Amino acid sequence: MSRPSTAAFNQLSRRAFLISATFAGGGLLIGPRFISPAAAAETFVPNPFIRIPPAGPIELIVPSAEMGQGVYMGIATLIAEELEVTLEQIRIVAAPADPSRYAHPMLGDQVTGGSVTIRGFWEPMRHAGAAARMTLIAAAAREWGVPTPACRAEGGEVLHPESGRRLPYGALAEKAAREPLPERVNLKPAAEFKLIGKSLPRIDSPDKVNGKAVYGLDARPPGVKFAAIAICPTFGGTLKAMDDSATLRIKGVRQIVRLSDAVAVVADHTGAARKGLAALRLTWDPGGNGGLTTAELERRADAAMAGEALVAHDSGNVTETEAVKSDGIDAVYRLPILAHTAMEPMNCTVHVRPDACEVWVGTQVAGRARQAAAQVIGLPVEKVVVHNHLLGGGFGRRLDHDGIVMATRVAQRVDGPVQVVWSREEDIRHDSFRYLNLSRLTVRFGPDGMPVSWRHRVVGPAVMARFLPVLFKDGIDLDITGGAESPYDIPNKRVEYVRHEGPDGMLTGNWRGVGPTRNAPAIEGGIDEAAHRAGRDPVEYRRQLLGGNVRLRTVLDLAADRSGWGTPLGPERGRGVAVLADFGSFAALVAQVHVAQNGSLRVERIVCAVDCGQVINPDILRQQVESGVIYGLSAALYGRVTIVNGAVVEGNFDDSPVLRIHECPPIEVHLVPSTEAPGGVGELGTPVVAPALMNAVFAATGKRLRELPINTHLLRRP
Amino acid sequence: MPYNLNINGTSYSVDVDGDTPLLWAIRDVIGLTGTKFGCGIAMCGACTVHLDGQAARSCVISVEDAASMAITTIEAIGETDAGARVQQAWLRNEVVQCGYCQSGQVMAAAALLNANSSPTDEDIDAVMAGNICRCGTYPRIRAAIKHAATMVLTEGSK
Repeated sequence: MSRPSTAAFNQLSRRAFLISATFAGGGLLIGPRFISPAAAAETFVPNPFIRIPPAGPIELIVPSAEMGQGVYMGIATLIAEELEVTLEQIRIVAAPADPSRYAHPMLGDQVTGGSVTIRGFWEPMRHAGAAARMTLIAAAAREWGVPTPACRAEGGEVLHPESGRRLPYGALAEKAAREPLPERVNLKPAAEFKLIGKSLPRIDSPDKVNGKAVYGLDARPPGVKFAAIAICPTFGGTLKAMDDSATLRIKGVRQIVRLSDAVAVVADHTGAARKGLAALRLTWDPGGNGGLTTAELERRADAAMAGEALVAHDSGNVTETEAVKSDGIDAVYRLPILAHTAMEPMNCTVHVRPDACEVWVGTQVAGRARQAAAQVIGLPVEKVVVHNHLLGGGFGRRLDHDGIVMATRVAQRVDGPVQVVWSREEDIRHDSFRYLNLSRLTVRFGPDGMPVSWRHRVVGPAVMARFLPVLFKDGIDLDITGGAESPYDIPNKRVEYVRHEGPDGMLTGNWRGVGPTRNAPAIEGGIDEAAHRAGRDPVEYRRQLLGGNVRLRTVLDLAADRSGWGTPLGPERGRGVAVLADFGSFAALVAQVHVAQNGSLRVERIVCAVDCGQVINPDILRQQVESGVIYGLSAALYGRVTIVNGAVVEGNFDDSPVLRIHECPPIEVHLVPSTEAPGGVGELGTPVVAPALMNAVFAATGKRLRELPINTHLLRRP
Repeated sequence: MPYNLNINGTSYSVDVDGDTPLLWAIRDVIGLTGTKFGCGIAMCGACTVHLDGQAARSCVISVEDAASMAITTIEAIGETDAGARVQQAWLRNEVVQCGYCQSGQVMAAAALLNANSSPTDEDIDAVMAGNICRCGTYPRIRAAIKHAATMVLTEGSK
């Protein structure tokens, strides 16, 4: 067996912990003492994550980007738990772009993605809080001339219960700054948690319901101008000619910035910039991709599937088993190109000065953003400051920094700060696309109808080769192939990988749910087909194949129980199930659908059971599962990007529908209590919902779907 | 010729073309950034404001047309009864994730409650289907609107 059966991200942890400069394991908090140039001497800065000034709120510097997943709350909860402060006493500060201090321990870079934030920071953030608390206690004990063990911390104060004396952290800050940091830190046992495990209200919510929250698009540096941008519609094409006479006459238009592959109109406000852009007469040179269509790209993917593959997982002997067993399933599952369509369209504000640069943006990769801007301008990276903002959705789109590069290229030609605002059409047509994915399953059965052989050939791009090369090994993308062998006990398994990239000039990247979203439809569809072939109940069949995987079997049983699995439904209805063990978590989901005679499909109910180990905040966990499910439903029902003439056809929410409230089913989330280390939840719901939905459609109609998005025309009955 | 915009009870003079979408005057000229840009074609609701108390998509309403109306944005909706209740219900039900669409959701919900003090699921669907949320806060939006509507009854019975 060459790969563990968990997601590729899981494999990172041990190695990446070694490359993390900030932390080491074993209960020790090691590392250089962080000296912030901005911090006054009387401010206590025990590590890069905590600043305690003499007065005012305690600042917690969060290394990860907040894109709705509740990471500000999650990280604050972990630090505050050990620091012994309440969440009312703290203020969140987005970390500056500095991977040397703020790299994620599992990813080895300042990246927020892969549902690893809490998994990786679960211990380091508590260490950070505990080290600060112990130092504050030591400072107070020295001040009072009492033994340290006679003091304790609570609610942002150090107390000496014997004498009744107490000092707030602020009053101790200057003294604590002169204390040595502890070498050994003991973390609280779970039984003493005051904050962890409670559904405390999100600290970022109040400003998000009154308009005060500041996203990248809300950055307003003094003197900022606004730019609308048109990028060559054809992937890899260039701007050939431009007539800007009408644009220059529009009120508020200041400047037209012509780049090789794009043009930006700079104006006093975005309205004038957009009007000016629409008035430009542009001639594009499509380059080599001018004839590309989706059909051609699909043909290329099919051709790749027939080609040479690398072996990503091999256990037992699939080839021998296939030679003697002919009864089975041969199925191809096809997934489309997808855009992300975060609600906040791509944007970035940049001010290029002769010897420095400032960037205002919401990004999942602050460190890379800084480096990219520096590279465009030719400045040392230290001369670039990135102000990271709240993200109006990430979903993997903001793991790429192409928008920051583009904005910097524009800003280089503009005097003063400029906010480059992409239209929704540019946002969809120049996404970092989730590229086409093919899965070919070859399953063979024993006489009892159980699978004895599982061959899964995965055809798709190697995003990790550029994005996180540690996850690209011997030509194999460990993300896209991770988990493709399925969680099921099958004696002979083989995963084959054919690397197949999109056309030159088309950016392809990460999409919520990463590798598992690619593999789950084939795995969970395939096992459902197998159960049906064996004449067995899909839950029972899975349970038998999950053998020793107690955590996965438990969520399967819970979801089946809570969904009323096996109880009769009305006509034209069906239930489908799918499971997922990934991101360090376990999920089972039952979807219930109604499919009318004319093929129209309604998702009536979703029941999801989750075991993600120790829960930091149960309500945020539920939010995230609901969120992942709805994001996955949108894609399963509607998600598709169409290419004609080398360009994306869809442009806005009129031709790229996403789920709306009237289509959204009730979603129940049931948690399995656990004291295991926390697993990831931000992406958990997304991969598991599409296969459950496809299996439910089969239960309702007898029609086996192997392609997304769901084509309801196929579901019409005579 | 500058236009006068009456926003949240304050008069602002904006020197822009009359066909400029109200959204950009609010965000870029006046600097009230709570109202969001999502699609530019009235398909997502992120830019929802109230014009004379009615929900409207500021990305397709011109400055010229809005100049004669009372404009309310997310920054001031909490000063209205329905707006305050919606905001509170949003927090109690922990609706928000990324939050980017929520200004528009709150504005749409406040307008709904102003017009209909106890909306049914169908009423909620009819109005709120115009507002997209990619984080998937829909089940909580539904619950929060019902919660906010109940607050009306409680306060009304005092």
